[in-house]
Amino acid sequence: MKKMIRPCGLHCIKVNRLGVRLGGQTVLEDVNLHIHCGSLHAIIGKNGAGKSTLIRAILDDIPHEGDIEFKNRENGKMQKLKIGYVPQSVNIEKHSPISVYDLIASYQSRFPVFLKKSKRMEKAIRQSLQAFEAEDLIDKQVCNLSGGQMQRALLAMAIMDEPNLLLLDEPVSGIDQSGMELFYRTMEYLKENFDLAIILISHDLNYVAHYADQVVLLDKTVLKQGSAKEVFASEEFQAVFGREELPDYVLRPAKETGRRAAPDFGGR
Amino acid sequence: MGLEYGFMRNALLAILLIAPLFGLMGTMIVSRKMAFFSDALGHSALTGIAVGVLFGVFDTNLSMVVFGILFALLLNYISTKNAASTDTVISVFSSCSVAIGLAILSKGGDFGKYSGLLVGDVLSITRAEIVYLLFVFLAALLFYLLCFNWLHAASIHRALARSRRIPVKVTENLFAVLIAVAVMLSIKWVGILIINALLILPAAASRNLSENMREYHFFAVLFSMFSGIMGLFVSYETNVATGPMIVVFASVLYFATYWYGRRYEG
Repeated sequence: MKKMIRPCGLHCIKVNRLGVRLGGQTVLEDVNLHIHCGSLHAIIGKNGAGKSTLIRAILDDIPHEGDIEFKNRENGKMQKLKIGYVPQSVNIEKHSPISVYDLIASYQSRFPVFLKKSKRMEKAIRQSLQAFEAEDLIDKQVCNLSGGQMQRALLAMAIMDEPNLLLLDEPVSGIDQSGMELFYRTMEYLKENFDLAIILISHDLNYVAHYADQVVLLDKTVLKQGSAKEVFASEEFQAVFGREELPDYVLRPAKETGRRAAPDFGGR
Repeated sequence: MGLEYGFMRNALLAILLIAPLFGLMGTMIVSRKMAFFSDALGHSALTGIAVGVLFGVFDTNLSMVVFGILFALLLNYISTKNAASTDTVISVFSSCSVAIGLAILSKGGDFGKYSGLLVGDVLSITRAEIVYLLFVFLAALLFYLLCFNWLHAASIHRALARSRRIPVKVTENLFAVLIAVAVMLSIKWVGILIINALLILPAAASRNLSENMREYHFFAVLFSMFSGIMGLFVSYETNVATGPMIVVFASVLYFATYWYGRRYEG
């Protein structure tokens, strides 16, 4: 598992002119993003704006144009980008005989999970779960987990490979208000204590305003990018969402709402 | 017990290979919701034989296996393309291939000599054919040891698996080919009508009890072997076809575990 390292702010991930065409239709075009380690980028947009497609393209799961660079800004060297992906849900039905160990070990190791538990793997998984205070979930059946527990198990798996970039679909079902609060605080904890950048597809503008360092408004392409306040105040945002959906405190100064200032990466 | 007869010893050997093989593969067939896939594959055995007869292939095992592999890859390809109505498309291809098979085999009115295939007859297996089974068994074991986690990961979330550089397509195709070969080489002994039950029932019964992958596979293999051995001996004593008897035992195990699982759940 990844050692706790403060983000250095020196790694950057660049998405250059990303485009996706599916069945003759342009789903995404000319998407450009620039992300530093230690920052949380929230992607917002209406249904069908191409948010999930963007994630799949970054994952290289679908054919796309453009490329993704991962650079160390100190020496300008290109590095191999490791992505930790946390899907919104997994395809596990009720009564499935799959424990959290089985779930994680299937992706992390080749030692067949049906044969016996690998001691080494078990230790690594337990350690990773520990970061999310979830080590007692290891032998629980995945289908019996709550939405929040499931999310933590998937997060634990995602950070085991020491990713440089964490891609997440915000959980929308099975998580209550306090669960969402916890989820976003976990995001905060991750970006502050691990050397990684986060791209999060978000459906809740209130949380976005509170926790995101950068907000990306997406509709086939990047309509507007900037701090939550900038994006929410923009005409593009109003054109997509309309004024009534604006969280009220967006219009108030940031300090009043207690929103943390975005980390300063120096020379951004 | 009948073990003084050579055919019973051969049958027992065959069961000792087929049962754990089917128990093991059934778990993933059930998990991946491929029950319909394997059923279609079983039915297509008829076509495999028909193709062999048509081309004058001496050993119909060969034409069955080749046809089975092609058919399995085709079905796999279709199911990745048409996500919405896979079952309908599989059904279309399956009935089409069965119809062609039946048409060819019934030409001249002597389908009767193939009707044994429907029920199967494990007592007629020869040593050479047991060796075939042994090879499939070893291949399946090797595949499970090397690729099981990949297959499992892909069934839980394909994109997540691919993001971990897991060769999802190759693994899934290999598994489909493996099912095809196992089904085709076992169908004469188990029977077209019931081969799918032998794949599905032990795994389904095991699911009623298991909480993790190790229990799931252990019980599936155990149930499969129990039904296989009991089915063989009881069928010998009662003079009924072996395949159906095995399935009767497997079904009883399924209902018993279902009841037990319900009762002690949570």
